[in-house]
Parts: sequence; C-alpha cells; structure tokens
Amino acid sequence: MATTLFDKVWDSHVVRKIEDGPDVFFIDRHFIHEVTSPVAFLGLKNRGVDVLFPERTFATADHNTPTINQHLPVADPLSANQLKALEENSAKYGISHWGLGNPKNGIVHVVGPENGITLPGMTIVCGDSHTSTHGAFGCIAFGIGTSEVEMVLSSQCIMQPKPKKMRINVNGKLGKGVVPKDVALYIISKLTTAGATGYFVEYAGDVFENMSMEGRMTVCNMSIEMGARGGMIAPDETTFNYIKGREKAPSGEAWDKALAYWKTLKTDADATFDIEYTYNAEDIEPMITYGTNPGMGIGITHAIPTAEEVGGGKATYEKSLGYMGFAEGQDMIGKQVDYVFIGSCTNGRIEDFRDFASIIKGRKKADNVIAWIVPGSHIVEAQIREEGIYDILVAAGFELRQPGCSACLAMNDDKIPAGKYAVSTSNRNFEGRQGPGARTLLASPLVAAAAAVTGKVTDPRELLN
Amino acid sequence: MAYDKFEILKDSVVPLPIENVDTDQIIPARFLKATKREGFGDNLFRDWRYNSDDTLIRDFVLNNPIYKGKILVGGKNFGSGSSREHAAWAIYDYGFRCVVSSFFADIFKGNALNIGILPVTVSEAFLAEIFGEVEKDANTQVEVNLPAQTITILSTGSQESFAINGYKKHNLLNGFDDIDYLAAMKEDIKQFATASHY
Ligand code: SF4
Repeated sequence: MATTLFDKVWDSHVVRKIEDGPDVFFIDRHFIHEVTSPVAFLGLKNRGVDVLFPERTFATADHNTPTINQHLPVADPLSANQLKALEENSAKYGISHWGLGNPKNGIVHVVGPENGITLPGMTIVCGDSHTSTHGAFGCIAFGIGTSEVEMVLSSQCIMQPKPKKMRINVNGKLGKGVVPKDVALYIISKLTTAGATGYFVEYAGDVFENMSMEGRMTVCNMSIEMGARGGMIAPDETTFNYIKGREKAPSGEAWDKALAYWKTLKTDADATFDIEYTYNAEDIEPMITYGTNPGMGIGITHAIPTAEEVGGGKATYEKSLGYMGFAEGQDMIGKQVDYVFIGSCTNGRIEDFRDFASIIKGRKKADNVIAWIVPGSHIVEAQIREEGIYDILVAAGFELRQPGCSACLAMNDDKIPAGKYAVSTSNRNFEGRQGPGARTLLASPLVAAAAAVTGKVTDPRELLN
Repeated sequence: MAYDKFEILKDSVVPLPIENVDTDQIIPARFLKATKREGFGDNLFRDWRYNSDDTLIRDFVLNNPIYKGKILVGGKNFGSGSSREHAAWAIYDYGFRCVVSSFFADIFKGNALNIGILPVTVSEAFLAEIFGEVEKDANTQVEVNLPAQTITILSTGSQESFAINGYKKHNLLNGFDDIDYLAAMKEDIKQFATASHY
C-alpha cells in the first residue's frame, strides 16, 4: 500500500496498538529544559521509578535564563531553583546536560539539530510546543505536557492516537524580501490557528525543496500555530549535507547505513492525505501580524481587515484589536515600533542574523527602538562573530545578547513593557506573551531589521538592494 | 499523579464565552517557575482576574460569586497555544473537573485527560444553549455522565452525546494514568528499543 512519509515514521514506532485507545508510541529522542521537567522528575521520585534510557534524553537550560551576564549567579531565585533542579536531576539520572555557560548551551530546538542529535526519521518530543521544529529533518516531532515528560523518562513511550494527515504544497518562486517566516505566517493566516488541529502536516512543493535547513526549521516550527500536532519535510540532499560532520551525527560505515535508510523516507507518489492545500509562492508578501494570535497576519502593505472580512466572532476580534491599540482598516506600514526582538527557536539561527544584517548594514538603529538581538545558541553566537555580522551590528548601534529563549516567552527579564509595540521574530503574539500588556507584531528577520532602522513598520523590500 | 475518579458530575457551571482562550491566558508564563505542582489555581486566568496592582477585576466571571461549580464552559478553540500542562493543572487546582467547549486544542485536551479533567466537546448550538440558560439563571445545573457519555442541561432537558476514546474513559473512571499502563509493559518496550533504528 502506498504510504506517506508520516505513515512510515509513525508506523515504525508503534510498540503496541490499544483497541479503542491510543498507540503506545516509542520516542527516539527526548529533549528537556528547566521549566517543564522538574515536576516530571518529582513524579518519578514519588513513584520510585528510574529513567529507562537516560542516553536518549538531552537537557539544556534556555527558557528561564538571563541573556546578559550569564557568568553571574542567576538573580531570580525561582529561575535559579529551576536551573539547579535541572542540573541535579540530570546528574542523578545520568542525562547529558548543557547548562548555562556550557559552550553547547542554547535553545533546545536550535542545539538539537546543530549538534546532530536530530536525525531523519526520528521521533522526538520535548515539553515545549515548538518541538515541531525538528520536523524539518523528516522527523515526527511534537510538544508534550509534563505528565508525558514523566512518561518518556520512565518508559521512553507516550500514548498517542495517530493524527490525520494534511499536505501543504507551496510551489513557485518566492519574491524579493520574502523569506521562510513569511511562508509560515501566510499559511497560518489562510488556515487560521485551528485550521490544522488534529492533523500532522507534510510540507511539499518546490518552495520547500529549494529552502535551506534553517528555513525549513522556521516553517516546521510554526506548524503548531495553525493547530497542527507538527509538520515535517522529507529529507533530501540539503538535509544530508546539513547533518554530515555534526558532532553526534553518524560517520563512516554508520553514515552509509543511515543514509540508505534516510533515502527511503518520502511519501509514495500515489499516497493520499486526509486533506491537502496548495498555495502559490508568488502570492506571498513579507508578512506581519496585527492581532493577538498568529493567524491574524497580513501582507505588510495591506490594511487591517474588518471583522466582516475575517469572519468569526466580532467581540473576540474587537477585543484583540483593542488590546493591540489598532483599528479596522488602518495601514500597518508606518506604525510606530518601540522594541525589536530577533531570536527564538523560530528565527534565532545564523541565516536569520544574516538576513537581519543584510538590511542594517551601513544604516543606524532608530533612536526610538530598543533592540534585543539574541542568538539561539553559543554556536550561532560564534558564527555571528566569525562571519563579521557582529561588527555590522555594533557599527549600526546594536548590541548582541547571550543565547536563550528571552523575549519569546519573557520568563526572564526580557519583557516588553505594557502597551509597547514589539516587532518580533518569535512565534506567538498572544496577550501578554512577551510581558504583561506587551503588543507583539510577528514578522521575519527582514521586517524586524527594517523596523529596527526606521523605527516604524516598514516594507523591507524598500531597503533591500 | 493520581487524581479522583470521574463518573457523573452534576453541578452549576462557570461560563467563559470567549473564543480561542489560549494557555497563556489560562496561566501566564511568569507562573511557570515552580518546581512543584501546587498552588496553580491561585493564578488561573491571572491577568483576567486581577489588575496589575493585584486588585480584583470585578466583572471577570471567576470574581463573580454568583457563578460557581466544577464545570467550566468556554468558547470555541479552548486551550490553544503553548503546550504547558500547567494550564490543565491550574484548572484542576482551582476546582474544575470538566471543561465544555465546541472545540478544544489538541495538546490541551490530551493534557486535561492525563490529569483527570474531562474535556467535553459539544455542538455550537448546544454550547450557545448553555450560555443562554446560564445567563437567565446562574444556578443552571448541567449533568456530565461519563459512563453514558452524555451531557444534559437539566433545566431544558437538552442532551448531547460526546466522544471519548475507550482507553481514556477507562482511565478516568478508575483514576488511572498512562504511566501506570506503561510501567506494566516495560519489557516489551526494551525489546522494541533494541530493534529500532536509533
Ligand atoms: S524560543 Fe520560545 S518557543 Fe522556542 S523553545 Fe524557547 S520558549 Fe519555546
């Protein structure tokens, strides 16, 4: 029978099928961080059970960490407590731990791929919804809750009903200034934040085939924002080239064997999906969000739609625009921006900083803007320096911070103040996500750069050569 | 973590007729710093319940004493956004055992079931009827019957069936969780792991 990439990976990981129940689903790799793991470890302790396969779990500190002065003790006692719990639990159970100050430390979904821990055909989970990022390698990867973290620690399995299958095709050539983040925001604006609930998505078409691994990670990362369990892209030469030579990637004979397997990981030509959508690359503009969910995005040159145009609940829509301080029909171009955040597991990789630098090079940071430039990992930070991007940042009046989740969820000190507008390359613009009362405009690194140098929402195409 | 068994719940409801209630609203990220699973109910819907100076926002439903009960009724697409299980803990810890909506976000639904909260998906019309009845009488009683998989508005007699998979139903009825199940099949899992690609 013809099967999809998703079927191939899913079916090969089912340990047991429970009648009228979920599948017992085997997990190859498990990432943990300081926020969603302590209670899971406490659960293990209370039950008196051990970690079944400690070598399959990897710990990194990221959600709660400061992005300046990481060499100093963490000031917030609650954060410090969580970091300590992660370190102690990892040591106790023999789990590899990249804590603060470790040269491999960084955001969980950035360090997994860059160290070759993430490999095609794996099943990967983490107590963070953007685990979907790893789908870029042809993995089934998704976020789980803390009870499930405990399940994976104790049994390397979780209970999962198999989701339905969706394929999203985007074909054609992306226009100038249109980058993977725009593709993701465009798809979500079409499907809405619940449009893919219950589905696992495969992205296909030449736009994704021609995309770099960084770009594919950005797209898969955002899958969760349309309600999908996750998203994946079939591995190809781009994938294999990215993986080759990374620290934990197979080498020698093991590489050849792995490669032969990876090449089988694709959807058969006659396989079918429960639902399929197709879009044209030419229709996608640089995108920006105007509301309080990631589905409320528009092409940057467009006006904020009316409640009638978007459909759905009018009261909810008005509440959202009220929070943002926007009104129906207003243009997004020219709106004042107070903060710019580039970073997160969505857009905190080297390519994102290259994009950012391409616009700010030879320009100056706008006086009214506070910019937080946060690499996704120490490895990304080192690349920023090596490639001369650091010098471009400094010459333009920007500072570089240290790696972490930072203003993506604002659990550390990087909070956007109430009422302020932030153009952010992260993934969520919910009320208060970037700090109580913060107003978030999600966008690509190019749009963020354009805002950072002009102090307002600006079409990046006007600043690109 | 063990939780109370769920069978039949008959109670008044707390109405929250807002769509797309995301988990950042249910429990804001700044309250995720705990290393224990306690006290989350105090911060349930924190920013809707309290002003920034910690004074009560009077017109938010949880602050209105006429609405009480173990059943929370929310608008469409309840629990979207972040995967934080803390959202479900906060709801449980506050005292809810059942959440009714016309649509639930996937992860929230899974998290809820794992910790002993029953998510009940009803039709849009049924949801509207609950909201309408509660508006007329805050003490409107709703009965959620897990064995029969039905939900009934007692004042009007309207009833709908809801779906739940047999495995989860069995767990809820008995107060079991998945970890208990998995612990019993450890040998099978070890064998499976030996044969896997990674
Ligand atoms: S950057 Fe944001 S989405 Fe990514 S892992 Fe950190 S908190 Fe989660």
